[in-house]
Parts: sequence; C-alpha cells; structure tokens
Amino acid sequence: MTVVEALSTAPEPVAPLPRGAGPIALARRWWRALTSMRTALVLLFLLAVAAVPGSLLPQRSLSQSNVAAYFAEHPDLAPWLDRLRLFDVFSSPWFAAIYLLLFVSLLGCIVPRTRQHWRVVRQPPPSVPARLDRLTLSQDTAVDVPTPEAADVAVATLRAQRWRVVRRDAAGVVEISAEKGYLREVGNLVFHGALVVLLAGLAYGRLSGYEGSILVEEGSGFCNSFQQYDTYRNGPLAGAGDLAPLCADLDAFSTEYADNFTPTRFRADLTYTRELGGPAATYPLEVNSPLRTDGVRLYLTGHGYSPRFTITYPDGSQFTDLSAPFLPEDPTTLASTGTLKLPDRPGEGVGEDDQLAIEGFFVPTAADLGDNRLVSVDPRPLNPAVAIVVYQGSLGLDSGAPQNVFRLDQTQIERGVLAEVASGNLFAGQSLTLPDGTEIRFEGYRQWAALQLSHDPGQLVVLGAAVAALIGLLGSLVVRRRRIWVRCVPAPADGPQAASRTVVQVGGLARSDNPGFAAQFQELVDAITGPVARED
Amino acid sequence: MAVNDTLAAWSDTAFTASIVVYSVAIVGYAGEYAFGRQGRVARTSAAQTGPAPVGTIEGPPNRQHMATRLGRVGLAGTALGALMQLLSLTLRGIAAGRAPWANMFEFASAVALVAVVAFLWVQYSAPKLRHLGLFVLVPVVFVLVYAGLELYTEAAPLIAALRSYWLVIHVAAAIISVGVLFTSGVLAALYLVRQRYERGLIEDAPAPKAIVALGPRLPDATVLDRLSYRLVAFAFPIFTFMVIAGAIWAESAWGRFWGWDPKETWALIVWLVYAGYLHARATAGWKGTKAARINLLGFFAITFNFLVINLVVAGLHSYSGLT
Repeated sequence: MTVVEALSTAPEPVAPLPRGAGPIALARRWWRALTSMRTALVLLFLLAVAAVPGSLLPQRSLSQSNVAAYFAEHPDLAPWLDRLRLFDVFSSPWFAAIYLLLFVSLLGCIVPRTRQHWRVVRQPPPSVPARLDRLTLSQDTAVDVPTPEAADVAVATLRAQRWRVVRRDAAGVVEISAEKGYLREVGNLVFHGALVVLLAGLAYGRLSGYEGSILVEEGSGFCNSFQQYDTYRNGPLAGAGDLAPLCADLDAFSTEYADNFTPTRFRADLTYTRELGGPAATYPLEVNSPLRTDGVRLYLTGHGYSPRFTITYPDGSQFTDLSAPFLPEDPTTLASTGTLKLPDRPGEGVGEDDQLAIEGFFVPTAADLGDNRLVSVDPRPLNPAVAIVVYQGSLGLDSGAPQNVFRLDQTQIERGVLAEVASGNLFAGQSLTLPDGTEIRFEGYRQWAALQLSHDPGQLVVLGAAVAALIGLLGSLVVRRRRIWVRCVPAPADGPQAASRTVVQVGGLARSDNPGFAAQFQELVDAITGPVARED
Repeated sequence: MAVNDTLAAWSDTAFTASIVVYSVAIVGYAGEYAFGRQGRVARTSAAQTGPAPVGTIEGPPNRQHMATRLGRVGLAGTALGALMQLLSLTLRGIAAGRAPWANMFEFASAVALVAVVAFLWVQYSAPKLRHLGLFVLVPVVFVLVYAGLELYTEAAPLIAALRSYWLVIHVAAAIISVGVLFTSGVLAALYLVRQRYERGLIEDAPAPKAIVALGPRLPDATVLDRLSYRLVAFAFPIFTFMVIAGAIWAESAWGRFWGWDPKETWALIVWLVYAGYLHARATAGWKGTKAARINLLGFFAITFNFLVINLVVAGLHSYSGLT
C-alpha cells in the first residue's frame, strides 16, 4: 500500500518542529493533531464520559422540580455543581466544546478523504505489481490458448462480476488490473458527512423551533400564542409572529383501563381551526397519535380532573360551575390536589380582603374508611368526592409576584391576612356553608388534558441525515474493497504449440478485513482459467 | 383485554425449563473440557504461536471420544434451551396479546436468547469453536436466573404509551443488537485471556495461573478478535437503527425526537463506545487489547443502562413493571 492509500488511521511520524517555526507551521501542527484518529477517539470517549453526569444528576431541561429538590437535599454541594453547569450538562459550554471539537476533527478527516477518494475513483486501478507471488493470494495457471484470448476471458469474467477493469497490452504481455468495493469508502464518507448534517439540523431546529404547554379543561380551548401557554420555550429565530394560527377546543376526554387499572387508552376529542375563523375540523388526539398540521404537532401529554363548584354568597349572588385543574398525586388512582382561587365576587363594595380560596383533595372513586378520611380506590370517576379547606381573606394576587396556581401563598396565611374558615368532605351534590353564610356546593368534575404544541423545522433534516448515516454505515461495513491483478504471459517457447499457450498469473489483495476473500479468489481464478484451462 | 393465565403459566414453565436445559448443556461443555484436555483448534494455534506448553498431551482415545460426546450434549442442550426460551416468549406474547418484550424480565430473556442464537451462528461458521459454548452459557444462565428472581413480572397488558407498532420495531432492534453484543463481549473477554497467554509464550512474561490453564484451550487470538469484531459489525448498525426508531417513536409519543432522557443519553453513550471500538480496531496503537477492552466497556455500559438507569434513575423509559 502506498502512503496515499494508508491515509486514515496510521499515525504519521512527527518530526520535531524546527526552531523558529512560524505560527502557520504551528497551526498546521495543531490542526493535524486535532484531525488525527487518536484525537477523534479520545474526543469520542470524552463525549461519552461527559454525558454521564447528565444522566445521573437531575437536569433542568427535564425537571426543574427535581433540580430544586436536589438543591434542598444537598445545600452545600448543589451550588458548586451548578457552577460547573452540571444541571444543564447538554447545554453547557464544556459539553458543546467537546462535540464541536469532535465535529471539527471529523470534518478535518472527511474533507481530505473525500477529495482523495474522488481522485481514486477517477483514476484507473493501479498497474500490476512486478511480483504477483508476493501477494497473500496468488496463483499461476497454464492455459492452452493464445495470450490475447486468455486475457479476453479474464476481462469478460471480471466485468461480468462487476469489477472495474483496466487492460494494458505491452510487448505480447497483457496486464489486467481490477478493483471492486469503492462504495465502502463512499459509505464511510456518507456516514460521517451525514452526522455533520444531523448536527446542523439539530441546531437549526433548536434555533427556529418553539414549544408550548397548556392545561385545557373539557369545554375550553386555546390558541397557539405564547401569552396563552402555561410554559413555553422558543428558539432565538422563532418570533411570536411565526406561530401557526392554530386554535383547538377540548370537547371531551376519555380513558380506558385494563383490569388492574393499567390505562390502555387516552383520548382527547378536539375541534380545531387552522386559521382564525377558518373551517373547523375534529381530531381524536391520543398518545402516540399527535395532530400534525401546518408544520406544528399537537400532543396529549397528561390528564387529570378538575372538581366543579357552585358558590352562593349570602346576598344570593352566585358563581356557577367554577372549576380548577387538580394535579394527580398518585398516578394509579388519580387522587389529586389543587386550589380554586376566587379573587372576585359578584356585587359591589367588596374589598380585597374578602377573597375566597378552596384548597382540596379530589378522589375520582372514594372509599369510606369510616374515620372521615377520603381514599381513592379507582382512577375512574365512579364516586367522585373532594375534601376541602376553605380560606377567606387576601390571596395576595396583587403583590406582583407570580403565584403557583395549584397552591396557596403560605405567607399570606402566616401573616394572618388569609384564614381557614371551614373544612369538610363533599360528595357530588353536597355542600358546605361558611360562617358568613356562603354556600359551597360540589357539583362533580370535568376532565382536563395537558397539551403540548411543538414546532421543529429541523427534524426532517435530522431524520434524513440519520437514515443517510445508517445507509452509509451499512455500506462501510458490508462492502469490501479488493483488488485483482492478472498477467497473461506467453508460455516459454519449448514446444510446437508454444505460441498458443499462456501462463495466467493472478494475484489478489483484500484491502479490508475480509475472511471470505480467499474462497472468492479461488472461485475467480477458476472462472478466469476454467473455460480455457489446459487439458492434458 | 384479559391475560390468558394458563398460557402465561406455561410460558413460565418453559422459561424454567430453558434454565434447566442450559445448565445441562453447561455440564456437557464442562465435561468436554475435563475429558478432552484440548481441542483441535487450540492445538493448531499453539503450534503456530510457539513451543507447546505443558499439559497439551492429547487424552487417551476413549476419553477423547467421551469428550466429543459431552460436547455434543452441550451443543444439543444449547439449541434445545434456545427453543424452550423461544416457546416461553411466544406463549407470553400470546397470553398478553402483545409483543413479548414490554418489561425488563421479558427483555432480559429475549436478549439472552439472541446471545445464544448469535453463539450458535458462531458455531455454525466455525464449528471447531464448539467448546466456547461454556463461556456464553454461564453468563446467559446467570442473566436468566437473575431475571427470573429479581425482574420477574406477571404477563400484563400494555400501558397506553407503549401501544404502538414502534414497540415491536424499536425494542426488537434493541434486543437483537444487545444480544449479539453480549456474545461479542464474551469473545472479547476470551480474546484478552488468549492474548495474555500468547504474550506469555512469546515474551517469556509468565501469565497468571488461570490464564495458563485456560489459554491453551482457546482458539487463536486473531480468530477470537475477528469473530468478536464481526458480531459488533453486525450489531452496530442494528443498534443505530434502534436509536433512530426510538427517536421516531419518541417524536410521536413524547413530543420530541430527542430529549436527553437518561435512557436516551445512555443509548448515545453505548453507541459512542462501540463507535470507538470500530475506529480503535482500525487504528495503530489501539487495535488488539485496547479495542477488546473498549468492547467490554461497551457491554458494561449496556448493563448499566439496563439495570441502573431502569431501576434507580427515574425517566420516561421506566417500564420495568416492578414496584
């Protein structure tokens, strides 16, 4: 193998840099070191190691609350880990540094290799070596036909087996070079090139995509705008004006369970419009079956119950059918907790310190334990009940600080401006009366669905690149590069028929690990010499 | 959909039977070692690599005959055990009305089956390596016993998120690739033993006793290296496909194709390690021993991903069915 062919992996001997070498020589030295296979290997393992803490420590991108819990558990260690960005490993500069270096190293390797393979593909296979018997596989066979004819058979045989063949005639001797398996290196280059495209697609999707989540109760809906989402994330290139004008209403939500409460099906029946005032369409949104339209995807990511209340104030004014989503505490039985906040009340002359809040524990199917405690025994709403604690006073909503909609602001209670006034367990239709005469009636429930809307314009690029990488990978592992050389020499003139005799010398070289090549070589030699083999 | 308890019970019986049959096969293989002293492959390779070490004298002909018979018992037991396992998984699939690889118990069993089938392929392509069955079956039985004791889950219907044809595709690809990598890892470990033994012969660097005892009975280091590599070369694209299929499924189930869920992260780590192996095997200074160690590291990462990430670290892939 010549030096040019050995390109990829063999470490080149590194001469010491001459004294006073310029910055260019130095840069070149660094570049070569970075693009060497050893550096790439080290970076590959470094990337694997760097990903480990991201899987073992809680990550902000996955769960803010888990990170907060970790901070609470390890108050001394957590800030240090945070300084090292260990709760945001996959968006940390050091993680990015490793994969960017790896991709630079990869590019530095595949660009020259692509150029070189391009040259190799355009060049004819190299000429026949002087000594074929020095190759690992070689065989000489005498045949009873003149040299040109023997060569014709060899060329035809090789061509029929899709070898790339070059024939050179000189001074009565015919030399044939054949090569096969160019697709191995093509596959290799496609694989690595596709990884670069994949990374680019990932970055593009991250920059131009957005994602919003929202809880929607049966009978309500939402439109695709950042103001409406409970939480959202948008890439720097995704502005509010780029959002697809999709609106959707949740008509009904249903769940199916197997015998052991394994939820086997969730279904959110949606009515949606693709533009404001446009025609409405329906879609049964299920897990594993998102709504895909206009480049956005709408997912069903969770569900739960919202207890419904009717509140009648002493003056007779009423709020009917108020509800607030409660969050499941127990995923099996869907026992849930939440808070219904009532900052306003009908009527005039009502101050800020006359606000109401209902803290509650909702069970879809209540079992009576006999001691006034509610327990949920089934995730289906067979016997809904709620245990509530009612507070009256100031909720502190006007302070400007953001509040958790599922919980009360405990500092208001500590400050004494919000006080518990009543508590009790209610089944559907039952009511509780506060000391001031206000009646709270538990009407039942409605279901809510957690929806997520995503837009990622890069994901088709990523998919295409991944598939290309897989195809390239297969090519680089399955295709085998190999060469065959044939030299047809007229037999020594020692008999009357010497002119019609030829010695066919065949040599073979496998250029990649190829245990089956010996057998294949033998078959090839038999095919080349078989039809014209000497019969004596 | 109700689970058919009768079939599920038969599936469990077949599972137990497979462990018993594999154990018989292990006794057969071990007997081949005890009586046969040494196989033909090892003799040839010992002849190639240097002076015959002590203890390579062939056993008496009748003992040799006995060894061959016991070896056949091992091989037959391996094949029969694999059939039992196949039966166990099939019955469980029918009983639960779904693909039989939806929890850790079923996954471990299926991986062990693929590892055994991969080894049967090794035997088919190189029949002289029959006695290596011992080294594949011992860890396989260990995996099965562990799965039966610690990971066992009743046949049960699927939760909504797993009700997708991607379960069949994605998990099947995971099982095939992991099972084949399992056998490749065993061969890499044997390679390291044999390599150390051969180095001891050439360099006059005495190898530890266990290696001296085992080394002569193993095939040539290059044979082990090549088989181990071919298994990785087979499994790596399937593993890659598994990750892609998982990403496609995640896109429709979880709203994003990649989200650094711990399981996803570890799939990437495993992928990187085996990619490292493939590169290392073609790099001067890394091929041979270092590459084999990377192969083992890869399987360690797979095991960690399976046990620790599933059972200890919370994530979206928490489908063990264990409570």
